[in-house]
Amino acid sequence: MNTITILLLTFILSVTGLFVFIWSLRKKLFDDNPAAANVIFTEGEIGKVEEPAATQAQHAALQRVVDGSHDGIDDPERDARMKAELDDRLRADGSTKYVTFVFLSCAVVWLIFASTAGLISSIKLHQPDFLTEYAWLTFGRIRTLHLNAVAYGWAPMAAFGIAIWTLPRLLKTELMGGRFALLGAMLWNAALIAGLGSIAAGFNDGLEWLEIPWQIDILFVVGGALIGLPLVFTLQNRKVEHLYVSIWYMGAALFWFPILFLVGNLPGVHFGVEAATMNWWFGHNVLGLFYTPVALASVYYFLPKIIGRPIQSYNLSLLGFWALAFFYGQVGGHHLVGGPIPSWLVTLSIVQSIMMIVPVLAFSVNQHLTMRHHFKTLIYSPTLRFIVLGGMMYTLSSVQGSFEALRSINTITHFTHFTVAHAHLGLYGFFSLVMFGAIYFVMPRVMSWEWPHPKLIALHFWLVVLGFGIYFVGLSIGGWLQGVAMLDASIPFMESVRITIPYLESRSVGGALMTLGHIVFAIHFVSMALRYGRKRVGPALFHRHGADAGQVTRPVATEA
Amino acid sequence: MESEYKLLGGAMVTLALATATLVVVPYLQLSDVQPSEGLKPYTSAQLRGRQQYIENGCVYCHTQQPRAQSQAPDFKRGWGRAPVAGDYYYDNPHLLGTMRTGPDLLNIGARQPSVDWNLGHLYQPRAYTPGSIMPSYPYMFELKDKAEKGDKVVHLPPGYAPVGQVVVARPEALDLVEYLLALDRTYPVKPPPEDPR
Repeated sequence: MNTITILLLTFILSVTGLFVFIWSLRKKLFDDNPAAANVIFTEGEIGKVEEPAATQAQHAALQRVVDGSHDGIDDPERDARMKAELDDRLRADGSTKYVTFVFLSCAVVWLIFASTAGLISSIKLHQPDFLTEYAWLTFGRIRTLHLNAVAYGWAPMAAFGIAIWTLPRLLKTELMGGRFALLGAMLWNAALIAGLGSIAAGFNDGLEWLEIPWQIDILFVVGGALIGLPLVFTLQNRKVEHLYVSIWYMGAALFWFPILFLVGNLPGVHFGVEAATMNWWFGHNVLGLFYTPVALASVYYFLPKIIGRPIQSYNLSLLGFWALAFFYGQVGGHHLVGGPIPSWLVTLSIVQSIMMIVPVLAFSVNQHLTMRHHFKTLIYSPTLRFIVLGGMMYTLSSVQGSFEALRSINTITHFTHFTVAHAHLGLYGFFSLVMFGAIYFVMPRVMSWEWPHPKLIALHFWLVVLGFGIYFVGLSIGGWLQGVAMLDASIPFMESVRITIPYLESRSVGGALMTLGHIVFAIHFVSMALRYGRKRVGPALFHRHGADAGQVTRPVATEA
Repeated sequence: MESEYKLLGGAMVTLALATATLVVVPYLQLSDVQPSEGLKPYTSAQLRGRQQYIENGCVYCHTQQPRAQSQAPDFKRGWGRAPVAGDYYYDNPHLLGTMRTGPDLLNIGARQPSVDWNLGHLYQPRAYTPGSIMPSYPYMFELKDKAEKGDKVVHLPPGYAPVGQVVVARPEALDLVEYLLALDRTYPVKPPPEDPR
């Protein structure tokens, strides 16, 4: 294809895009009903904070920061209507608690396993003779175990758990067919154990992100479908007119993933260099069209919920959704810049990578405007800390990713640890932090039990933030230096290895802190599951101030 | 938005577009690629070695895609010319790789054609390349008091051989080296017919 053809095609595509946009405006696809942003609140709930992970004192302080003026309006009629709506929410929560608990527990187990494997891999990169006696512990395998345990263990288990808990709330109905999801979770985890076992034993399909043998993938597909079924049933039984933006992201993600997974694992179809383009179409879309939307959906739900304030611009969030859906799918080719694949494909992916700035800005501006004047809430809400920081990491990693796709920057960073740091900024800094926040919010509702040791939440937060800060900064610098050294033919290749060693060591330090944070989190999770500590609240769905300001009366809702 | 059908419809259209551009069109465009002239199919020993390369995850540290001279000094480092799609005709799965913790290996067979060097390097990379962070692969070798008939003894630099014992390569190591030596795309190719740049 020559330049003129490409220009012509781009022109036609742009004009078509413009027409589609105008058409969508006429059809009110971007519906401009700001009331839609309020569907996550019951009547009179706006202005009331909700933070199940906070202690009583934190909660009171949080409410004071947000707004004191909503206190003490006594209106028995409205209270009765609120009570009815809250009962709906109680029923929604009640229907999901067992299923959500199972998914989140699996997520925590995989998180610990994956962190350990990651830490061992990290140490091996600067201590190459560490644990070399056994084949399954060699770098090439333990690193792959780490990736797969994150990609198919921690991340999807947390994502499914949060989605299954959130969707019935948003649809104001009960979860239908939760038993299918439980069966699905069993099959999924069985598949993952089999998959990790086969990677450890050396059986793998040889494609990055798609290592698990395709025979085992069949089990994932069946398990994933079973997990998806209850969500379809629940959607059909919804009691709300409007689908809140979180439903868009989660719903689409849960339909996108199976298609990605199926196409990526079709045996005997992909060949040679074509397999490479498919490989990165899959690898990047797992991030962009599965983990990212689920985490964004969580931010769009939990952030407004905690500060008791609807998101600033609902339209912006919808624009963000369609822009993400359109652009993100096509960015995968930037992993093959300079590779032996058709160059139009690389160019297309670079263009779409830059276009990703649109949805990212839409989200970032929205989050910032919603949080504006409320940043003090971060002091009092442990959940919000994770979620807001995670949201900021989304902006950072996406903007970084867009620029990394440019040929000039990619030439330096491609093939180096810089890319590894970037990948962790997205999947850890953004996705995992948001999931931690969501789990801290969800679990007290699931268990009808408060977190037994609120200080451990803070400890978890600071360990992972500090650890990840060291990890990311160190590895980014090391990777950049490595890339620069590699581009200078007068510097021997070994110098590009030697230059990274101190930074690889710092990554192990950061990784160890992160792992420690995860252990703290897991211990806290287990002690909550075993119901240690005091039962401080029932499944209270909101806390309201008494007539005398600052005094919190709880629990308001009755015990289930 | 009120309709889940519009939502899912739209979501599927965008994914279909992405799949078309990154999977279907490359499939159609590349399906008639012929093997480069001078490229030989792998022998069964080389394929077994390739399997070892996959099983031990060599791809996570080594690429097999030297970049063009206009982009990076890969050629000057002796890693070879920029490859074309036909050079990967027999590669299934592809092993292009994304990391250069170690050097590019697309032409390692031409660069380092010694079986002894490759075997010894797998046993202990630091015996040959001081400062290397490549793992050693002791599980691909056996320590014996005395070599038996048919054993491939690994000759190591002084100081790295175990005292009083000989290091014998297991079949896995021999296969892997067979594959590494087969990695040689130094034959000339015609540049791709259309280079848009």
